Formats: sequence, C-alpha cells, structure tokens
Amino acid sequence: MSLKSTLSAATALGLIAAGGAYADSHTATITIATVNNGDMIRMQGYTDQFTEETGIAVEWVTLEENVLRQRVTTDITTNGGQFDIMTIGMYETPIWGANGWLVPLDDLSEDYDVDDILPAMANGLSNDGTLYAAPFYGESSMIMYRTDLMEKAGLEMPEGSPTWEFIRDAAAKMTDRENEINGICLRGKAGWGEGGALITAMSNSFGARWFDEDWNAQFDTDAWKDTLTFYTEMMNESGPSGYATNGFNENLSLFQQGKCGMWIDATVAASFVTNPDDSTVADSVGFALAPHRDGVDKNGNWLWAWALAIPAGTQKEAEAKQFIEWATSKDYIELVAENEGWANVPPGARTSLYENPEYQKVPFAQMTLDSILTADPNNPTVDPVPYTGVQFAAIPEFAGVATEVSQEFSAAYAGQQSVEDALAKAQDITNEAMEAAGYR
Amino acid sequence: MATKASRSAARLMMAPAVILLLGWMLVPLMMTLWFSFRTYLPLRGGDKGWTGFDNYVRFVTSSSFWPAVSTTLIIVAGVLAITIALGVLLAILLDQPMWGQGVVRILVIAPFFVMPTVSALVWKNIFMDPTNGLFAHLWRFFGADPVSWLSNAATPSIILIVSWQWLPFATLILLTAIQSLDSEQLEAAEMDGASPLARFFYITLPHLSRAITIVLLIQTIFLLAIFAEIFVTTGGAFGTRTLSYLIFQRVLESQNIGLGSAGGVYAIILANIVAIFLMRIVGKNLDT
Repeated sequence: MSLKSTLSAATALGLIAAGGAYADSHTATITIATVNNGDMIRMQGYTDQFTEETGIAVEWVTLEENVLRQRVTTDITTNGGQFDIMTIGMYETPIWGANGWLVPLDDLSEDYDVDDILPAMANGLSNDGTLYAAPFYGESSMIMYRTDLMEKAGLEMPEGSPTWEFIRDAAAKMTDRENEINGICLRGKAGWGEGGALITAMSNSFGARWFDEDWNAQFDTDAWKDTLTFYTEMMNESGPSGYATNGFNENLSLFQQGKCGMWIDATVAASFVTNPDDSTVADSVGFALAPHRDGVDKNGNWLWAWALAIPAGTQKEAEAKQFIEWATSKDYIELVAENEGWANVPPGARTSLYENPEYQKVPFAQMTLDSILTADPNNPTVDPVPYTGVQFAAIPEFAGVATEVSQEFSAAYAGQQSVEDALAKAQDITNEAMEAAGYR
Repeated sequence: MATKASRSAARLMMAPAVILLLGWMLVPLMMTLWFSFRTYLPLRGGDKGWTGFDNYVRFVTSSSFWPAVSTTLIIVAGVLAITIALGVLLAILLDQPMWGQGVVRILVIAPFFVMPTVSALVWKNIFMDPTNGLFAHLWRFFGADPVSWLSNAATPSIILIVSWQWLPFATLILLTAIQSLDSEQLEAAEMDGASPLARFFYITLPHLSRAITIVLLIQTIFLLAIFAEIFVTTGGAFGTRTLSYLIFQRVLESQNIGLGSAGGVYAIILANIVAIFLMRIVGKNLDT
C-alpha cells in the first residue's frame, strides 16, 4: 500500500472514529441548568453514580437564583434548546406547562411512585392535573434560632407560631453589636424570589395582599405600610449591616458564622445550619413556625419547590426523564442518607420520607412538614385574592413587576427612600403593569 | 495610481466584507425597530401584532425612564472624571525613571485584563461586603462602623468599580502620549523658572489634549452600555438602574420584547446625541 493510500485510510478511520465518538457523546450527554443551593451542589457530587449506572453523562450549568431564572426563562421562551433539564419552581411550572413548553411527566415508572410526592408539592407543580416538574426538594419557611442566645436573653420560644412582636423583642435582646451578633437576619436583596418572597410572605401574616379581586394593586393599604414599617424598624434595630443586599446564601453564611440570633427563611436551610462541618452553631439551633401578627390568623411562611423539568423539544427526552427519576427518587434520598446522614437528604418532596422512623428523629423534620402543611397557595392571606401562590402571584407578569417592586423596597431598607415613597412607587409600578397587560 | 479596472476589482473584493458587516449591524437594528412597533410578549402567546408608537410612549412615560437616563449619565461622567484625572497623574508618575518600572506598569495595567463580571464579584465579596469584606475589617480596625457600600452608596461604588477597570486604559493611552512630549521643551521651561504646576498646565496638559479626547470618546461609547457590574453587584436596585439595565429588565425580567425594543431605540438615539455632542465639543482636538 502506498503512503498516500495509507494516509487516506488512516484519515478515513480517524474520521469514522471521531464521528462515532461525537455520536456517542451526542446521545449520552444531558445539560442541566440548576441553582447554586447546597442540595443541588450535593447532588452534583453523586452524578457520577448516575453516569455509571446509565452511561448518560451530565453537564451542569450552576447559577445564582436570579440569574438561573433569567437564563431558563429566556431559553424556554426563545426555544433556545440550551438545556435538557431545567431547575424551576412552583411559579414557572404551571405557566410553562399551560403554554406547552414542558414535557408532561405523566409516564414515570411505577417504581418511582409518583403518588408518594407530597400533595402540596404535586399540586404546585401541575397544570390541569398534569405533573410538569418533579420536586427535588420542597420547602416552606420557618424560624431558625440560636437556643443559647435565646436562653441568655431570658426568653423561651412559644409553642406554635410566635407573634412578630415577640420576634422583634427577642431580636433586640439577642443583639450584641460588640460581638457582631445580630438579633435577626432576613432577606432584603432585590429580586422577586429573594427579598420579594420574604416580604410577600410576611405581608400575608399582616393581612396584606398584592391585588384585590379586580387586580388593583394594594400597596396603598395600612396592612402593607405596617408590614414594611415593622420590617425596616426591626432590621434597623437588630439586623446585620447591609441587609438590603442579603439573600438566602448571604444569610446562611451569617447564621453559620454565628452572627444571627434568628433567621426566618427556607426550611431547607435547617440541614445546613445544623451540619457541624459547615456551621459553628450547629449544636444550638432551634426551630419554630413562622410568625404571625397579633390578631391575624395567617403565618408568614411560604411554599416552594425546586423541581426538575424537561423543556419540550429537547432531543434527549428519554435520558432527561431517566435523570429526573434518579435524582428525585426514594433511592436517591437513601443514597444521601447512607453517605451523609438523614439530616442531609433533600426534604419536603415525598410523603414516605416523613413516615420514615429514621427521618422522624431529625430535629427539624416535623417542623418542616408542619410549615409546608400550613401554607395554602389558594388562600394565602386574610382577604380573598384572584391569584394562587403564597409568596408570588402565578401570572406571567409577576416576575418582572415583583422584581421592580422589591428594588423599591430594598432602597427603603437601605434608607434611600421612605417606606411611604417605596409603597407609592410599588403601587404605580404594579398598576401600570397590570393595565398594560390588560388586567384592569 | 489606481486604474479604473483596479478600483472596480478592489470594490468587488471588498464587497463581501462590507455586505457582511452591514448585515451584522443592520439586521439586529431592523429587528429592534420592527419589534418596537409590536406587542411581543413571549409569556403571553408571542407576537400579538402592530401597536404603533404605544411602546415608545409607555417606555418614555414610565416612572423609571428619566431616573435611568440620569443614572446612566452620572455613572459615565463619574467614571470619565476619575479615570482621566487619575490617568494623567499615573501617566506622569509612570513616565518617571524608577526601579522596576516595567513591573509597575504591568501591575497598573492588569485590571484591564480582568473580566467585568469577575472584577465586580471580587469587589462585592472581597472588598465591599459589610460583614466579611476587607473594607469592613479596616473600618472596624479604626473603630468605625462598616459601610454597606452597595446599598448605602451604590452609585459611587459602581463608579469606583468601573473606574478601577477603565483606569488602565486611560493610563496606557495617556502614557503613550506623554512619552512623545519633547523633554527639551520642559527643560527650557524649567530653566526659565516655570513652576512644576505651570509646566503641567501650560505644556503637559495641552500636549495630552488629543489623547484625553480619545479616552473620552472611546470610554463614553463603552460606558453608556455598562451592564455587568450593575447586574452582579446591585441588580439595578438602590438607584443604579441605567438605561441599558432598564431595557434588560423590560426584555428579560418582564418578558416584554416590544417595550424593551422601544427602549433600545431610545438608547441608540441617546448614544448618538452624546456622541455628536462630544464630537462637536471635544472632537475638534482630533482635527488639529
């Protein structure tokens, strides 16, 4: 064989091999967009096992919450096709499902036991009774507090839901500026899913609501003024400096460093603040239901699930479903429990987890379940509302409007404008957007 | 001298590049114009048809519009003032003979090679964080309460971060200009008894005017579209929402492509007004 024909043959073989390798990688790699929360990061560590079992490789795009939301929303609305699985929540799933943008998850295997998903989660992730996303973890919000500081302040956390007045008083007593201890850490960061979620859930417990039944904004009511005034005053008295830019991760870090007396946030944080590897205060954390205002029969807790969904049009639907079944299965929960203990499994998604005697021993397990069960997306606040959702209104316009509103609130937290000005602007922004969208 | 045939050949050969570049610019511009006249809501069923000038009226009458324009201009002016003033100072210093001059010059220029997102993250988390940041530790060391930079002084903080990034560019251009200054002229002035300040104002600064003009024009063009630093640090809150950030919010957060596109057209008009204004006022320097 001449040199020329040898080279040609080698080139052809090389091309075939490369083509084969490309085809292999092409069919066996799925790209997943996810949020940079602890449970998701932990899941990434176990992905190799999934790849070993199935031969499907996984590529992660891990993003901060606000950025993730923008990236996946843009991708889905433009039919961009960047991701085979998206991490989305209770806000996006019903809207996207109704638009036909997600693959229905109505054919998951029997082993997966879809009926085991907590009804509150399954309802929030469905549209017209069809499940469009599988919950990786579900959450409400609750109070996490330092038992040692509470004791030092001479206080005892009441049974059930305490009042906001108690929380404010306790926060003031726990605050020790000399030792960099803030009585209370709460989200103030702009973004509808960050500070916006906290203040909306809190407003429910003051009897406030976003809209009346005719979609008129309600920021000109006393209930909203009371909420925002109470929040800013309490945080100025006992909150960390710069709380106006703090979100979930910033507050988690502060609490783990022992710089917060109390923190009202996602129930999922409980495993991180009680993990001695990460938290300096792991052995002195107590839990309580989110507070309510004296005389108001609603607690300031929310309801949320971070869930995995498949965008319609992906070329790897079967592989994506396989991954979702793996990551949100009972087996995955057991895998994490086996390696890292029951306290670190993804919580709030499955009924069987709360029936497991091992999990029942986890100190925050029952409180998480109770918090989830007390949140009612259909009746989130005292007065009737035209929307579903506890800390959000499940309409497409909400994300944009609430982000702008929460920016005005954050400016009030930072002392750049008064509470009245922030509320007046929020009222205008919201009504303007509702009019443009044809609601009013 | 080029013949008629060679000129035609040159035109023919350049045509693909010219067409490509024109298309590159015109297609997005035309699409922006097209969408700005339509109600285009991806989350509400997509393109819902012609809407005339409604988007333009809504964008400009929104309570966010004028604050966004003024924030944009404040940030641009702030960064320009800092980078040009410090740039001139640094250029003069770097021009002095000193030990390790090469290393110092590289260090001064280094920030320019850091990506805007990365530098914003570093400033936010390592320097300006009110609890764990370097500044907070410094403030506490001197017995003062730490400042919440990105909420209480958000616009100055953004100006500081962006200035840090653009200072090397200004310094580099100005240093090149200063190196072309005839040293004999300065020596003669010195021998005639001119003070250092007089030498600076009557000889160095006039010599630098052309370089300053270039810095002013180039930086203005880039700074009008500043985005990443705001996105990473404040998310547009605390009065840091520039015009480009407002457009981003309309298009991506509110998912209103029509309204955002109208904003985009306004931004193009604003950029052109500023560019024409600058060319008229300072661009004359480039002709002399």
